[in-house]
Amino acid sequence: MSGTALDPKTAPAFPIAARAAMKDSQLQRNVHHATQVIQTKRARVVAEMADWQELREAGEHIRRHTMEHLDFYLQEFEVNCARAGGIVHWATDAEEARQIVVGLVKASGSDEVIKIKSMTTEEIALNQALESEDIHPFETDLAELIIQLGRDQPSHIVVPALHKNRKQIKEIFQREMHLADLGDRPEDLADAARSFLREKFLHVRTGVSGANFLIAETGGVCVVESEGNGRMCLTLPETLITIAGIDKILPRFEDLEVMLQLLPRSATGERMNPYNSVWTGVHAGDGPQTFHVVLLDNGRTGILADWESRQTLHCIRCAACQNACPVYRQTGGHAYGSVYAGPIGAILTPQLQEMHYAQSLPYASSLCGACYEVCPVKINIPEVLIHLRQKVVEQNAAQVSSSFDIEALGMKAMAVTFRNERRFRAAQRMGRAAAKLLPRKDGWITWLPGMLGGWTQMRDLEEMPQETFRDWWQKREKDDR
Amino acid sequence: MDRGILLRTSLFITCYNDTLFPGTGKAVVRVLERLGHTVEFPRGQTCCGQMHYNTGYQAEAAPLLERFVTQFQDAEAVVIPSSSCVAMMRDHYPKMAARMGKPDLVTGVERLLPRVFEFSEFLTKRLGLEDVGAYYPRRVTYHASCHGLRNLSLGDGPMRLLKAVRGIELVELAGLAECCGFGGTFAVKNADVSGAMLAEKTAAVLDTKAEVCTACDNSCLMHIQGALHRQKTGVKTLHLAEILAGEEGAGS
Ligand code: SF4
Repeated sequence: MSGTALDPKTAPAFPIAARAAMKDSQLQRNVHHATQVIQTKRARVVAEMADWQELREAGEHIRRHTMEHLDFYLQEFEVNCARAGGIVHWATDAEEARQIVVGLVKASGSDEVIKIKSMTTEEIALNQALESEDIHPFETDLAELIIQLGRDQPSHIVVPALHKNRKQIKEIFQREMHLADLGDRPEDLADAARSFLREKFLHVRTGVSGANFLIAETGGVCVVESEGNGRMCLTLPETLITIAGIDKILPRFEDLEVMLQLLPRSATGERMNPYNSVWTGVHAGDGPQTFHVVLLDNGRTGILADWESRQTLHCIRCAACQNACPVYRQTGGHAYGSVYAGPIGAILTPQLQEMHYAQSLPYASSLCGACYEVCPVKINIPEVLIHLRQKVVEQNAAQVSSSFDIEALGMKAMAVTFRNERRFRAAQRMGRAAAKLLPRKDGWITWLPGMLGGWTQMRDLEEMPQETFRDWWQKREKDDR
Repeated sequence: MDRGILLRTSLFITCYNDTLFPGTGKAVVRVLERLGHTVEFPRGQTCCGQMHYNTGYQAEAAPLLERFVTQFQDAEAVVIPSSSCVAMMRDHYPKMAARMGKPDLVTGVERLLPRVFEFSEFLTKRLGLEDVGAYYPRRVTYHASCHGLRNLSLGDGPMRLLKAVRGIELVELAGLAECCGFGGTFAVKNADVSGAMLAEKTAAVLDTKAEVCTACDNSCLMHIQGALHRQKTGVKTLHLAEILAGEEGAGS
């Protein structure tokens, strides 16, 4: 049984979820440690590339070009995939994708599937849908297996069980695999997973995968991984079903040259992934004889239509931004209420919800820019965050209750003040007078009202000086005369 | 870079420095005049619009951009003691102006921006200086604000200025590239996360045993100072300009 999927529609606002997550000090230690380890490895392998910045630019260029001509490349992919013997399906939203996949699995005659790690299947909560039709999905990626057996949810797009440490993983395996005396060394845990999965690989006849890239020119699909379990799922089953967002397209096979340099270094700090699989359609007597691709929109064309945030779709899901993000490092992934956590989650999730949900996520950032700095395809995440904040403000303003929106009223009043020097001076004087009413101690304010109370939660505020700079300047000019 | 040239500088103090940190403005004036430059203060200036823009109130920020251009268009060099405000201008003013559909404003921004400098950047990049004749006999650590570090690429400029200060004992801050957790309205909207990031930063500051933590942005410093004061550490924060304004015998 899988745990309840993370759902942005019902998730609490980020500040509330974050506060709860930060109470779990074990989680914080795990996340800190894991992100630190990956970041260090990434920094080392990035530093050895003299042309890293040029590579990033090439990556950005490929992705931008692809999105500008996405309709063309999607159709090219469909034609080429079909020519090679694949069957292409189109799903408008998560519900349609689930129906298609459940139908295909049933048609394959199997009530079990083996799965390769795929965030897209997490996005559409596929496991829960399969289970409700009495189909058993078996996750074969080590981290995903940990999540599944622990009835947990992924907290990181590359290392979904990043929030768990070895001891916790050992406990899950012991309990679920009935292994009384399991050690907690990495090789003990890998051995346990290997024996548990081997049997599934050998008898389950239907496989489900995601995709790292869809290659329009050839109709091929590319998956990169570290463990080799994916390669098993891609070769042993009779039927293979791949689910991929429409944003996963690459125009040419040659584009992999750039992407397969950027992705492993950014994601796991490896120069190359141990397993790089590319397959095209079906081949008689070799591998799965039935191959389906489900192309998922689920909000993506909406993002494509917004040219200011279209770059969100450039993402190649390396998670470098998550590892670099000081907010993610404090809270872990679950606080984002979505399978996409961290900076990429903060921009992607609300847009996949057509901005109806997850409106606190664009504010879950100090705009420090660490994400942009490491992004292998140069997505300017802070810029997109600000753009989405504007959308949130506009949406709120359109609502009737907006006349009671204290933040909006305050912001508007301040903006009017700043438009005129005299009004600004008057406001400075008024601020000084108002501040006198606040509790103070030796020239420091220790309490602020309402929303501003967040400030004095752990900081004091020095009292306002008696004289503003401009008053001082004016006096000085007078004295000079 | 114009070593030795004397300029007519225009100070954009920024709204929060004007109101909360007038000492920083005075220090900027002191340093620039000591180096022989003249300082002007266009009176109609108010705010760059950063807080509004970053919080999602772009419509409210737009008139402030226009105001800034009107006030400063004739300046020889605009000097601003706030890295985040300069980042706001460089990163967002061009596209804001374009979006407003006013060709004159687009040209105005285009012409003005190359003359806009963050304070330390004005000294190191425009004037090519490191030693500005300062004296400051304290143990000091430097916090590289994110906007200075990433958006403005200030690099080691501020550190080079500090190293040239006589009497100073400069200690490097661990985790220099880490955000302090201020982030404007982030500090109140996400007070818990901001507070946790801040706790890591103040721990790093205390580890240096510095008496003073400096930066090119008083907004980060106000946030760091707030916690250092709450924790009764006795460590002060001070804008870089105020350290560079220090003089022997001035009893800093
Ligand atoms: S936004 Fe960039 S850094 Fe983040 S996951 Fe996507 S590609 Fe990686």
